[in-house]
Amino acid sequence: MNRFANRARAGLAAATVALSLTGCGYNDFQRLDEQTQSAWSEVLNQYQRRADLVPNIVATVKGEANFEQETLTQVIEARAKATSFQITPEVLTNPQALQQFQAMQGQLSSALSRLMVVSEQYPNLKANQGFADLRVQLEGTENRITVARNRYIAAVKDYNVLARSFPSNLTAQVFGYAPKANFTVANEAAISAPPKVDFGK
Amino acid sequence: MLNHWPWRAGVTFGLTRGLTKLLLCAMAWVVLGLSPAWAQALVAVPALTARVMDQTGTLAAADVTALEQQLKTFEQQRGTQMVVLLVPSTAPEDITDFTQRLGDAWKIGRREVGDGVLLVVALNDRRVRIAPAKALEGAVPDLAAQRIIDQVITPAFRRGDVAGGLREGVTHLQARIKGEALPLPETGAQGAKTSGGNEVDWLNLAVLLLVALPAVAGVLRRVLGQRLGAVGSGGVVGVVVWGMTGLLWLGGIAALLGLMSALFMQALPSAAVRRSQGSGRGRGADFPGWGGGGRGGSGGWGGSGGGGFSSGGGGDFGGGGASGRW
Repeated sequence: MNRFANRARAGLAAATVALSLTGCGYNDFQRLDEQTQSAWSEVLNQYQRRADLVPNIVATVKGEANFEQETLTQVIEARAKATSFQITPEVLTNPQALQQFQAMQGQLSSALSRLMVVSEQYPNLKANQGFADLRVQLEGTENRITVARNRYIAAVKDYNVLARSFPSNLTAQVFGYAPKANFTVANEAAISAPPKVDFGK
Repeated sequence: MLNHWPWRAGVTFGLTRGLTKLLLCAMAWVVLGLSPAWAQALVAVPALTARVMDQTGTLAAADVTALEQQLKTFEQQRGTQMVVLLVPSTAPEDITDFTQRLGDAWKIGRREVGDGVLLVVALNDRRVRIAPAKALEGAVPDLAAQRIIDQVITPAFRRGDVAGGLREGVTHLQARIKGEALPLPETGAQGAKTSGGNEVDWLNLAVLLLVALPAVAGVLRRVLGQRLGAVGSGGVVGVVVWGMTGLLWLGGIAALLGLMSALFMQALPSAAVRRSQGSGRGRGADFPGWGGGGRGGSGGWGGSGGGGFSSGGGGDFGGGGASGRW
């Protein structure tokens, strides 16, 4: 009897040690959670960089007399909407909020690309060195956004795999690590579609 | 149509037919599974073997050597790693995406500084791109990269002077990077330290071996008996060390040490054994030799980067830079 109790105790100790050794993925959650946070910060950082660039672009384009007002207004409005969006920590865990955020940034993307296409029709603007520089900066910023988004997607993938797979999902439940929202495929397609250029006009 | 087959005759026939359908179905899946691979056959990232890699055969051997020397000297003096790659085409990808993949794969730039620059030319696409790692985005902002491309590289390319364009472009990039306050490489040492892929977490290892191992070994001996317990704890230690460090040989050494020490422990029974057996033996110093044993194995690795060029592994490419066409 005593021997059995000893064995049971020994087995329990072994289990405890084994569990504490693997850590149930707790440390992995810390690491991946932090990784997604920093990847998300980078995404915001780059979107902000673009938003900061827009007033310069608008100012330069306004200098061009009779520039297509509608295009310009769309860019200004899209920027205003995108920057007024309240980014709370819940955006990461709430798919709807993330989708809304995406939609707003997507609007700004398409408005800006339309502006760039339209600007081709204005020879003065094309010859303007300041505008050419802004173009380069905008292009670089869009590239950075793409990279940042890709890294965020990859980071969330790692995190979500851990949060959903056994046995780490138990740890996730205990400590409240819910799967995070990612950039959705449907919206991805809409954003990654090349802007339409209408040659008929 | 399928339902119109006569019930009787259809038994064997239907069987073969079913098999055929199954086969066709499987083939369809195979084809479907393969088609994305055909659709997006991206240009593979070449192995990083030198600072100047010309896959188009455009540059003369002397030009390659001269450019390589220019980059090598700069890396020795300033530490910044720069790689020039010429490919025929990056299709179906944009040169931007291709360069990004290169940066993600190679990570050129010193490990602790992360200063790397890529200069990629897609000759048939008539595209060129300069991509600095994040550490150099201040020294080579997008506009500066664009100016170097527009005013130095592409004019030479239009004249057909690829080597000259690259040489001048690299010189301008180096001039910009020289103005940046980056840490200089230690003299005598190679610019890039050996890119040790896996760092071993010695502290964790020491804690594991000093604290957890005696407990595990004691438990295993209780459960499995003396001999088997020793073998078991040796195995456990080996596997755990292997898992933690990713080094099989270290795991093997640790397993041997674990086995030996578990056998050694038999001579010095643990407190639990003593209590239950009631035999008071002299207490042995528990496991002072352990961390030392693990550490002793560490002398062997590193030093794998002999000979040619190797990436420092610190470059983080965030999409900065500029592209141009000629």
